[in-house]
This record gives sequence, C-alpha cells and structure tokens, in this order.
Amino acid sequence: MEQTITQSWGKRFVEIGDQVKFMGAFLRNIFRTGFEWNELVRQCYIIGYKSFTLVGITGFILGFVMTLQSVPTMKEFGAVSYVPSMVAISIIREIGPVIIALICAGKIASSIGAELGSMKVTEQIDAMEVSGANPIQYLVVTRIIACTIMIPLLTLMADALALAGGFFGSNIDGHISAILYFNKAFSSLAFTDLFPSVIKSVFFGFAVGFVGSYKGYNSNGGTESVGIAANTAVVNASLWIIVLDAIAVELTSIIAY
Amino acid sequence: MENTKKQILNTQQPAREPGGKVVIKIEHLKKSFGDKVVLKDINMELHEGENVVVLGRSGQGKSVAIKCISGLLQQDEGSCNVYGKEVKDLSETELKQLREKVGFLFQSGALYDSMTVGENLAFPLTRVRKMHDDNEINKLVEEMLDNVGLKEAINKMPSDLSGGMRKRIGLARTLIMNPQIMLYDEPTTGLDPITSKEISDLILTMQKKYKTSSIIITHDMACAKITADRIMIMDGGVFIAEGTYEELEKSEIELVRSFFK
Repeated sequence: MEQTITQSWGKRFVEIGDQVKFMGAFLRNIFRTGFEWNELVRQCYIIGYKSFTLVGITGFILGFVMTLQSVPTMKEFGAVSYVPSMVAISIIREIGPVIIALICAGKIASSIGAELGSMKVTEQIDAMEVSGANPIQYLVVTRIIACTIMIPLLTLMADALALAGGFFGSNIDGHISAILYFNKAFSSLAFTDLFPSVIKSVFFGFAVGFVGSYKGYNSNGGTESVGIAANTAVVNASLWIIVLDAIAVELTSIIAY
Repeated sequence: MENTKKQILNTQQPAREPGGKVVIKIEHLKKSFGDKVVLKDINMELHEGENVVVLGRSGQGKSVAIKCISGLLQQDEGSCNVYGKEVKDLSETELKQLREKVGFLFQSGALYDSMTVGENLAFPLTRVRKMHDDNEINKLVEEMLDNVGLKEAINKMPSDLSGGMRKRIGLARTLIMNPQIMLYDEPTTGLDPITSKEISDLILTMQKKYKTSSIIITHDMACAKITADRIMIMDGGVFIAEGTYEELEKSEIELVRSFFK
C-alpha cells in the first residue's frame, strides 16, 4: 500500500519534470528561425473558426438562460432594470471566460491530444524527427500559440453573443429596446472588468494548447493511448482552467480593490 | 547452449570482405525498458555500400537497435557510432546534421496524414534543406515519385493509398533527402508476396542508384534473400549468427534454420 502510494507520487513528480522540459522545448522553439507561419494560420483557422458555432451558441444561450433565470427573482425586489447590468458583469468578468475555456478544453484540447497522439502512435512524429525536421516547432508551438490567440477572441465573441442572448431573454416576458438594454449593460462595465477577463482567457488558451499538446505528444503504447491522451487532456486542461481562474480572481481583487 | 551459439557465431566468416569503410559501428549496446532487458550485448558493423539484414523473432529488440542508431532512443550502455560520431553525445544541431545522412523507413510508412503525397515529399525539403523554389521542389518530388512508380499519386491523401503504395511513398520521402545510410524497419510486413517482392526489388534498385548502405529489419525471408549482402540473426537481445543467406540456411543452430524453412 505504502509502496503504491510512493510509486504514484513518484510518477507525478516525473510527469511534472517532463512538463517542465516540454515547456522549455516550447519556449526555445518559439524564437528559433523558420517559424511555421503558414501552419500557425492553419491552426488558428481550425481552432478559431471551426469552434465558432459551438462557442457562439453556448455564449448566446448562456446570456439567454441567465436572464430568464434572474428576471423572476429581480422582479420580486423591483430590480428588473438591473438585469442587463447583472448579466453583463457576471458574463464578462467570470462566467464567459470560464465556461468558454471549459468548452474549448472539451473541443480543442481533446482534438489536439488525439491528433498528436495518433501521430505519435503511427510514428509520424518520429518520422519528422529522424528526417531532421523539428516536430516541436511545427506541431507544438503552432498549436499552443494558436490556442493562446484564438481562445480569448472566441471568449470576446461569446461575451458579445451572451449579451445578445440576454437581450432576447429580456424581451420574452417584457419589452426593452436594444439601445436601452445595451446602454444599461455597458454603463455598468469598466475597463477593469474587461482587461482581467481577457488576460485570464489568454492563460486559459495557453493551458488548453499546452496540456493538449503535451498529452498527445507524449502518448505511448498503441491506439488505446490516443483515447487516454484525449481524455486526460480534457481533464487536466479543465482542472488548470479552474485553478488559474481562482488565482486570477484573487490577483484581480488584490490589484483592483 | 549459449557458448555453442557464440562459438558458431565466432567461427562464421563475414559474408563478404568489407568493401568500404565502416559507417556504423555498434559495440556492447544495451537497452532496457523498466525491468525488461531488450538489448543485452549488441555488436555490429555496417560497411559503405553494404546491405545488412537483421532477422529475429518479434520483440527481440531489432527496431530498438535501429532507433538507437537514429537517435530516437538512447542506449543505457555501450557505443553506437555513426560516421565516427557517438550518437548519444551529439548536440541537437549535430544530431540534426547526422539525421540528414541517415534515412529511416518506418514499418507503416509513417506518412503525414494531413498532407498530400506531394506535400509529404516536399516537407523535408522545405524544413530541412530550406528550399523555397517551388519549381525546383516540384521537379524533385516528381522525379522521386517517378522512381517509385507513383507519379500519379502526387495529389492523393495517404488515406487513399494502399499499404504497398504508402511504403513506396515513405521510401521516396526518405530518399528525397539523398541519405547515405538507410534504416528499414520491416519494409514488407503486412504486404502480399507480390507487393512484398516489388518493395524488396525497389530497395535494391534504390540502393544501387543512390549508393546507400542499409540495415534492413525484416521477418520476410524473400526480402532477405533479395536484399541481403549479409544476414545477422538476433535472439534474446544478442546476435546469435551471421553470414550470407546460403551459409545461414545450413546453420547448425535450430532457431537459425527455422527461419529458412
């Protein structure tokens, strides 16, 4: 029993060491000559454009549902007019970045984990390496940077669609003009709400790209490991998002207030 | 039993007198994965222009040995010397330079499945050779595809190709870099006898055309007969016999003879 626990912790420390090495390889290869611009654009397209529908619908429904859920309670307090502000602040500060990052962990981290995992299992990464090409630069750097760029953009778009969803939600039971709704929503927002949210999303994007790439690139042991890589990529990326969010909230409250 | 095998190995003469200089020299190579010792004590030499076939049962460490040569795996003990340089001591840049001279054909062909056949062949040219002239790249790609008889497949995706075609394309992608040494990991596994013979003939043709030295890992005796100047048989993490096809066919070791039945 004691030996099993020791072995399990030993494995975790080895994995932490591997992750640090992988991060080092990523950082070294960003600044190497021969940056893969075309592959970066292709990855931005795959990660950003192809996730837009899922992220857009999620964002819209988030704002819509939040409005529908809060209107009855706010009515009881005679504070229905505060619904747009409440939805805007909670979506942009907290719920938007976290939910969208978790959605991206499910869609993007798993797909990167599975893609790189299957490339590893079918020896495509080894083939790239023995040819003298640089698989980290071509496969890993481009994917991590694409996630770091595209996930904050997806979050901003989802935030905007969530406000639109909130507007539709408000008009189901009552009537509020678009100008009034968005005026109320934006008047309650400050730069200090948007800036930490975007910065947070950048870190979430990095975590999604890094964890997906690490798990895929280091998968070993046949086709089963591809599934394991995809699954652990989602689990670990989600965990990182939650942990990073807690740190970001604490830091924001220290700095802003 | 072990001593008998060693005696037989020692008394057998090399298949041919080494014609050229030694390009690969492996001495007392050992490699384990956890508790499992895969390579116990591997010693071999590859001479310039020579084709050495390594035979052995599955799981004996044949692929591990050639992965140590290409630097994909690092040995635990012993020496793996390519062109006079110890592979495990090479810096990242030196290893990259060495890999340009050593081609590796993987069992499955290992084609990049998100790229067309043409892009697969162009990939090492643009990334390693840093070639940017599209006309020059296309010319080389077409020439190489023509060599392996698959010029018409240039725009196909790897998923549209048969096993034999994938291996031919894999070979073309490796040879496009003009390597001096070729390492083949089971080039005919999973192919029908006719395609298998075509690949074996192609290996020999390409070896003559590009004057490469080769190590060919295989279980396919027909492939070994066509391609080998010398055959080495691995069992239990060591080489137990060495010689030409004809010599080994008459070997006193039961395991060696069983390959030729």
